[in-house]
Amino acid sequence: MPHGKYIRLSVLILAVVAVQLLTHFTGATYHLTQLTMSAYYSMVIIGLCLLIGYAGQISLGHAGFFAIGGYTSAFLTTFDLTPYRGKAVVSLLAKAGVLSARQDLYGGSLLTVQPWTACVIAILLTLLVAYIIGGPVLKLKGHYLAMATLGFGIIVYRLVLGTTFLGAADGLSDVPAFTLFPGVGVSGKISMIIQNYYIAWGLVILGMIVLLNLIDSRVGRALRAIHAAEDAADAMGVNVSKYKLNIFVLSAVYAAVAGVFLTHYNGGIGPSEASIMKSVRYVAIVAVGGMANLWGALSMGVLLNYLSLRGYLGSYDDAVFGGILIVIMLFAPEGLLRSGVLGDLKRTFSFRSDQGGAE
Amino acid sequence: MALLQVEGVSKKFGGLQAVNDVSFYIRRGTIKALIGPNGAGKTTLFNLISGFLRPDSGTVLFEERPIQNLRPYQIAGRGLARTFQHIKLFSKMTALENVMIGRHSHSRAEFIAGILNLPRTRREETDIRERSLEIMEFLGIAGLAGLEATSLSYGQQRAVELARALACEPKLLLLDEPAAGLNMRETAETARLIARIKDMGVTVLLVEHDMSLVMNISDEIIVLSYGQTIADDTPLAIQKNAEVISIYLGEDDA
Repeated sequence: MPHGKYIRLSVLILAVVAVQLLTHFTGATYHLTQLTMSAYYSMVIIGLCLLIGYAGQISLGHAGFFAIGGYTSAFLTTFDLTPYRGKAVVSLLAKAGVLSARQDLYGGSLLTVQPWTACVIAILLTLLVAYIIGGPVLKLKGHYLAMATLGFGIIVYRLVLGTTFLGAADGLSDVPAFTLFPGVGVSGKISMIIQNYYIAWGLVILGMIVLLNLIDSRVGRALRAIHAAEDAADAMGVNVSKYKLNIFVLSAVYAAVAGVFLTHYNGGIGPSEASIMKSVRYVAIVAVGGMANLWGALSMGVLLNYLSLRGYLGSYDDAVFGGILIVIMLFAPEGLLRSGVLGDLKRTFSFRSDQGGAE
Repeated sequence: MALLQVEGVSKKFGGLQAVNDVSFYIRRGTIKALIGPNGAGKTTLFNLISGFLRPDSGTVLFEERPIQNLRPYQIAGRGLARTFQHIKLFSKMTALENVMIGRHSHSRAEFIAGILNLPRTRREETDIRERSLEIMEFLGIAGLAGLEATSLSYGQQRAVELARALACEPKLLLLDEPAAGLNMRETAETARLIARIKDMGVTVLLVEHDMSLVMNISDEIIVLSYGQTIADDTPLAIQKNAEVISIYLGEDDA
C-alpha cells in the first residue's frame, strides 16, 4: 500500500505539470484559472473526506469554516488602520512588523494587517471555533450531527450576510496579493497565472501527503475502527471523542486554508462562499468520490468544480449537485470510483461468471 | 492479592434493579467465571467493570485504584481488555488490522507523528504489526491475517476478537460468552486457549453458559440471579450448592 501511495503521488505531480504544459502549447492558459480555483475547493473536499469517509462523521457546515478563513483574511488585509495610527495597539502592531502600508486603487494610502499574519490569525480563529463547536456537536450522531453542523453553517452564512463591516451582501473586495516569499504570491493577476496554478496544486499535493500519511498511521487505523464500531474502539483504548474532535478541527483547518488562499487569489470573498449549497456541494463530491477514498474525492473535486466554474453545468449548478447526491445515495453509496462499482461494470460486460464474492 | 475488587456495586435501569449490591474479587492469575440465568445481570456487570456503564453506587477497584468513573478507553489503558457477547469486529479492516487496534494503548504515534511518518513512527508500526502477528500465531489464526475480518466464519471471528483483546496485553481479560455459537470442537479449543492465556499470567473473568467449559477451567465461580450474588465458590462447591441447583433446575418462579 505505501508504494501505491508514492506512485499515485508521482502520477499526480506529473499530471499537474502535463496539464500546465498542455495549456501552454495549445494557447489555452486561461483554463488554469478554473484549475487553480478547483484545486483550492479540492482542499476543502479532501479534508472533509477524512472526516466523513474515514472518521465517519458528517459536516454540513464546512462552507462556514471556509468562510471564516476567507473573511478573516480578507477583513484583516483590507481594513484600513490609518485613522487609528495614534492608538497604542496599532503602533505596537506596527512595531511588531505585522502591518503593511500600501496604496489603494485611488492612490490613497492604506495601513492593513500583512497577509501572513492575517493567514495565521484566520487559521487560529478557525481552530478556536472548530474546537468550541466540535466539542458538544460531535457527541451527536447521524442525522442529529448533520442538523447541528447545518445549523452552524446557517449561522455563519447569516452573520457574514448581515454584518456591515464584512460587506454584507457584497462581501469584501480589493483583497491584496498574499506574498508567500519574495517574488512568489497568491494573486489573480494574469501575469501570475502559471505561478498561482503551481502554488494551488503544491498546496493540494502537500495536503494529500499529510492526509495519506495520517490514514496509513496508527491514528488512521483508529479512525477506521471508530467508523466501524465505536464502542469496540473505545474498549481497545482509543480515545474516541478526542480523535473525532481532532479530525473535525483538522478538516476545518483545511477548509479555512482553502478559504484564505482562494480569497487572495480572487481578490475578494462574498457570502455565497458561506452558503449551505456550498456545504452540500462539498459533501456531494466526497460522496461521488467514494467516501473513504481520498483520491476519489480529489479527482471528483477537481473535475466537478472545474466543470461548474467553466459553466458547463449551466445555471442549474446547485441543482446538479443536489441531484448528484441523490443519485449517488441511491445507486452507488460507496461512490463511483469504488472498486465495487468498477467490478460490477466488469462483471456486467464480461462473460465470466466466477467473479462473485471476491469482496 | 485481588487484581479486581468489586464492592457493593448497584445499577438500576428505570424500575429494574439490574445489579444489586454485588461484591466479589478476583485474585491475580486465576480464572473466575460469572454464571447465572438470562437476565441475571452478567453483561451489565461486565459493562460496569469495563466502563461502558457507571454504577449508581459502589466501587470497582483495579489494582487497588478506583476505576468506576473512568471511560472505557482509560480502563483499557490500565490493562483491562474485553470481548463482546455479540462480536464487534471492525468491518472493512483485515483481521490483522483488527488485532493491531489492540496495540493502541501500547503505542504512541499521534497526529503529528502520523503525518510526518518519521523513521521512529515507522518502526513503531512494524512493531505493532509483528506483535499482532505473533498473537495471531499463538491463537493459530495467522493465516487469516490478510482477510477482511467480518467475512470470516463465526468461530474465526471469535478468535480474531480474542486476539484483538490479547494484543492489549491485558492484566485482566473479560470474556463475554467466548463459546457462544461455537460447536463442541471449537468450544473445547477455546477452553484450552483460555487455560493457556491464564498460563501466560493473564487473569480472566468470563461469562459463559457452557457449564462443561466453566467447570473445567474456572478456579472460582460466582453465581448471579436477579442482580444479586447467590454464591461465590470453587466449581466443586458450586455444583453441590442447593440454591444454585434450584436456580438452574427448578426455575418455576420465573
